[in-house]
Amino acid sequence: MGRYVIRRLLQMVPVFIGTTFLIFVMVYALGDPVAAMFGDRAPDPATAAQIRHDLYLDHPLPLQYVHYMGQIFTGHFGKSATGQPVTELMGTAFPVTLRLTLVAFAIEAVVGIGLGLLAGLRRGRFADSSVLAFTLLVVAIPTFVTGYLLQYFVGLKWGLANPAVAEGAPIGDLILPGIVLAGVSLAYVARLTRTSVAENSRADYLRTAVAKGLPRRRVVTVHLLRNSLIPVVTFLGTDIGGLMAGAVVTERIFNIHGVGYQLYQGILRQNPPTVVGFVTILVLIFLAANLLVDLLYAVLDPRIRYA
Amino acid sequence: MRGATRVKWAAGAVAVALTAGACGGGSSGGSSGSSNGVVRASWGDPQNPLEPADTNEVQGGKVLDMIFRGLKKYNPKTAAAENWIAQSITSSDSQTFDIKLKSGWTFSNGEPVNADSFINAWNYGAALKNAQLNASFFEPILGYAQVHPNTSGATAATKLSGLHKVSDTEFTVKLSSKFALFPDTLGYSAFYPLPQAFFTNHAAWLAKPIGNGPYEIQSYTKGTGMNLVKWDGYKGSDAAVNKGVDLRVYTDNNTAYTDLQAGNLDLVDDIPASQLKNVKSDLGSRYINVPAGIIQTISFPLYSSRWNTANSAKVRQGLSMAINRQQITQQIFQNTRTPASDWTSPVLGDAGGFKQGLCGQECTYNPSKAKQTIQQAGGLPGGHITISYNADTGSHKEWVDAVCNSINNSLGNQNACVGAPVGTFADFRNKITNKQMNDPFRAGWQMDYPLIQDFLQPQYYTNASSNDSHYSNANFDNLVNQANAAPSSSESVSKFQDAEKQLVIDMPAIPLWYQNGSAGYSQNVSNVFLNPFSVPVYNEIKVK
Repeated sequence: MGRYVIRRLLQMVPVFIGTTFLIFVMVYALGDPVAAMFGDRAPDPATAAQIRHDLYLDHPLPLQYVHYMGQIFTGHFGKSATGQPVTELMGTAFPVTLRLTLVAFAIEAVVGIGLGLLAGLRRGRFADSSVLAFTLLVVAIPTFVTGYLLQYFVGLKWGLANPAVAEGAPIGDLILPGIVLAGVSLAYVARLTRTSVAENSRADYLRTAVAKGLPRRRVVTVHLLRNSLIPVVTFLGTDIGGLMAGAVVTERIFNIHGVGYQLYQGILRQNPPTVVGFVTILVLIFLAANLLVDLLYAVLDPRIRYA
Repeated sequence: MRGATRVKWAAGAVAVALTAGACGGGSSGGSSGSSNGVVRASWGDPQNPLEPADTNEVQGGKVLDMIFRGLKKYNPKTAAAENWIAQSITSSDSQTFDIKLKSGWTFSNGEPVNADSFINAWNYGAALKNAQLNASFFEPILGYAQVHPNTSGATAATKLSGLHKVSDTEFTVKLSSKFALFPDTLGYSAFYPLPQAFFTNHAAWLAKPIGNGPYEIQSYTKGTGMNLVKWDGYKGSDAAVNKGVDLRVYTDNNTAYTDLQAGNLDLVDDIPASQLKNVKSDLGSRYINVPAGIIQTISFPLYSSRWNTANSAKVRQGLSMAINRQQITQQIFQNTRTPASDWTSPVLGDAGGFKQGLCGQECTYNPSKAKQTIQQAGGLPGGHITISYNADTGSHKEWVDAVCNSINNSLGNQNACVGAPVGTFADFRNKITNKQMNDPFRAGWQMDYPLIQDFLQPQYYTNASSNDSHYSNANFDNLVNQANAAPSSSESVSKFQDAEKQLVIDMPAIPLWYQNGSAGYSQNVSNVFLNPFSVPVYNEIKVK
């Protein structure tokens, strides 16, 4: 197992370098960040040249990349357009997005698996069809529609929650955006669980468990559910990465100053340090989440061994 | 059991993460409640550090206007430049100005506002090594070329030779050429004074700027918001009538609008386009829609071989007559734009140089004449044109398509004009700056100070800083020079209008419409109005 982890960690190095370089090139390809600073005015050439020099933009692209990566490894992520260090932005954005992710993830996992289990155990009956209809509906509606609708009705018309998340993003304010964000993934989780449960409930080991006279509760939770969760865990694991990347749409609608918002601002203002810095951290999160998922398999299924 | 232990560890890790998240949430509670006399207003994250000479957009500008006062202040209702910290600004030759300051003004940290506060601030703003975005505003002052040479890296002087301190309350400014309206530019934020604290501890100043205006900054969380409180030591006659202003950064103007309706916000100064249809029924008389100092045009790349022929001015005039401005402003913009008939803005007022109908029939919708004019001039270059715009912000697609549609209908040719989106604003600006345009592009001009000079000279004078069309006309330049050297401002304005008439003939840019400023406010506040820059006058807002 230790060897397996080391091998996986080594594989991350080229992936990390490749992705950051691609992002760096793509942000660069968007155009000249200095021109954007001057708004509708033509930049004064001398001032623009001075800014380029200050931002290390007057060097060829590969050199800029090497310079940037060198700085990252010493903990300097550069500065955003407003002159604020990117590490400071990360310090405020990641906790907010982490909270939103956890709220959405909890809703997604609990409700999704619950619905899937219900549908799987009551195959072909009313509960199964209603879950199918519900999930299809949720998948079919785009996030910004559910977002604005829930914001308007729950937040404004009925006054049950704040329509916008207050400063500091308290957990209570994050439930509504959490539901919106969890919506689509929740439907996938429910479908995956249902299929898996339906399949495994005909398996031999389950019949054995029932024949041994185990209580139904134990049969369902330990024998059926634990074995059925393997594909679901894969999905949930990669989804954590996706949620951490910040739901750009949801964060905008509900005024959440998280990762998605900062990325959006960074792209809008063409600030390479912001975009590349955040993406670098996200790449690390994705890689870690994937490794964690693979390791979790062994927990769920004792037959799986890593060497 | 091995599996169970691992599950415990995983559960433990999640618990730790949850606790960490919860801790972060508890530390910074949002300030709620409005009955404490504080205005809660929407805000956008300023794009640049909050320095007077480095702020060139409205979000940073509105903070600077709350915490600073300059030599002059533009009257929020009439746009006239009035002496504020200046006791008097006098000149006998429109080139050397003698500025006397009122005594007793201080910054909120107790430092006096004196001649050095201005001289140091202007030297800082103009110096090339500080790379300030507004450096070009100091260009008229003698010595600018030495502190701001054209090549970066060259050894530069550190002080503008045109600035001379006479005493603590008096200094003189010598310009490199005559500029009669120069005193009226001094209300712009680039010319604000700076305390010594700015130079001694720059990082601390940027974290919490110190000024001399009606408000002082209590706390500033970058990217989230700013709390401003009334400064009791303020000397001016326009002290705040409320106890403070809470500026909150919103990710989206739709969300701010929703928060206004939900009663969580008092003032929104940017009504989202999608809500314009509902805003009157939602807010009634609490919706403001008044002209702003912004004009939108379609500019032509006069350096392109498609647009520099002898007949192409006629083609541009024809295109101008082919656009149904009235219909587009009504249907696309819900009357938040006013059809333009000159190259300035109604906020200048008649005395300031605005002249309705100056452009005449060349800017009046007349499809048959448009078609005839273009045909006589040999038709559109290559048979069709495109209008470029940036697709990322500002929802320009709708109106560009409408303008093209109007041109196509007037010319009876459905392929005469199409919109040409450019992905990002930065890329769009880049193409314009690098002279890579072959066809017209959208342009917007927001005035820096309410002067006719600011609408004409930077955009149309030969080689001027924002002359994106690269328009050059000796008669226009000559009239602008005369206007700047005129002994009085009324003569200066009338010369500028003569110069503007040259634009009708050459049509380097087609005036489309004047943009309005819009805002909405809650029932908690009253006496809300916008200044000529379409920024709310925060210090006049009364809280119930």
